[in-house]
Amino acid sequence: MSIFRFFSKQTSAPTARERLQVLLAHERASVGHSDLVAKLREEILAVIAKHVQVDGDKVTVKMDRGETVSTLEVDIEIPLNAVRAA
Amino acid sequence: MAKVIVVTSGKGGVGKTTSTAALGAALAQRNEKTVVVDFDVGLRNLDLVMGAERRVVYDIVNVIQGDAKLPQALIRDKRLDTLFLLPASQTRDKDSLTPEGVEKVMTELKKHFDWIICDSPAGIERGATLAMRHADIAVIVTNPEVSSVRDSDRIIGLLDAKTERAERGERVEKHLLLTRYDQARAERGDMLKVDDVLEILSIPLVGIVPESTDVLKASNLGAPVTLADNRSAPALAYLDAARRIAGETVPMTIPGERRGLLGKLFGRRAA
Ligand SMILES: Nc1ncnc2c1ncn2[C@@H]1O[C@H](COP(=O)(O)OP(=O)(O)O)[C@@H](O)[C@H]1O
Ligand SMILES: [Mg+2]
Repeated sequence: MSIFRFFSKQTSAPTARERLQVLLAHERASVGHSDLVAKLREEILAVIAKHVQVDGDKVTVKMDRGETVSTLEVDIEIPLNAVRAA
Repeated sequence: MAKVIVVTSGKGGVGKTTSTAALGAALAQRNEKTVVVDFDVGLRNLDLVMGAERRVVYDIVNVIQGDAKLPQALIRDKRLDTLFLLPASQTRDKDSLTPEGVEKVMTELKKHFDWIICDSPAGIERGATLAMRHADIAVIVTNPEVSSVRDSDRIIGLLDAKTERAERGERVEKHLLLTRYDQARAERGDMLKVDDVLEILSIPLVGIVPESTDVLKASNLGAPVTLADNRSAPALAYLDAARRIAGETVPMTIPGERRGLLGKLFGRRAA
């Protein structure tokens, strides 16, 4: 745990301040129960589901809400026979 | 066999969330697959204490309502790959946590984990009773202070009445975790002593966690106190408590808040 000890030698309040600023910026910006990234996630999955039969177990969604940029990572396994008939 | 632990107290602000994160990390460090589950719907905080607040995608209510599968909602800890978090919902109301939904989630978690630790909300309402519902073991977090002890007594009563085990005529294994303990004040007679609390509540003691700024520091950093600095006094207390919960016999001590500089140096060298 040497890395944490390294951190603990410095003051921890600035870290707390920064974490809260990022978190609250996202929570305050959230409109109608979901923030933008969450909304994108839902719509992306809906679009894919229109064309492909998506198995819930084969979908991994990861988010990282950052200070200036957030990342949304949607990982979907699409078997060849899953494509829905047009 | 999966074991379900509820961390509960009745009273708010006594250290349930801190203890859930600390014990969760301590059990996961034993290489046993552990999930910490936040039952505080509407006021989640376990994600912050665990340092996972930026990564929450789905929560327990999404799983109950079928919007997400359980594996999608679980967040793996970045430091320990045996430790997972199931967050509470921040936006839904408390009623979205249903008994049937919680039962479904618990049944599935039991298939995948060795330890399931439920962080109870304060109070004795729905959230608190659902958090304890499936518990095999209860960790009753108590501060050496009159209202906390009274509320703990109330919670002990609920554990004997409202849990699945109680309804089957079995007992929930109960452990008292005394937190925010200030030995100097107890010795001066300004604070209830360990023995006072034990005598009143008459359940076995699993640990004494001293009042310590290391707890605040860990929460600032977003790390369970047992991971932030595993030689700090509260970390030592939680690590021992976790070993006792896992069935080991460990002599009871009150890890001191202040160690001299030499003690600190040697303590760290020896690690
Ligand atoms: N042993 C301790 N020493 C100092 N502060 C503590 C200790 N345990 C908890 N706290 C602080 O008390 C407050 C409430 O703790 P928390 O774990 O959120 O309680 P709960 O979940 O029971 O409401 C937090 O600010 C936390 O940092
Ligand atoms: Mg809490």
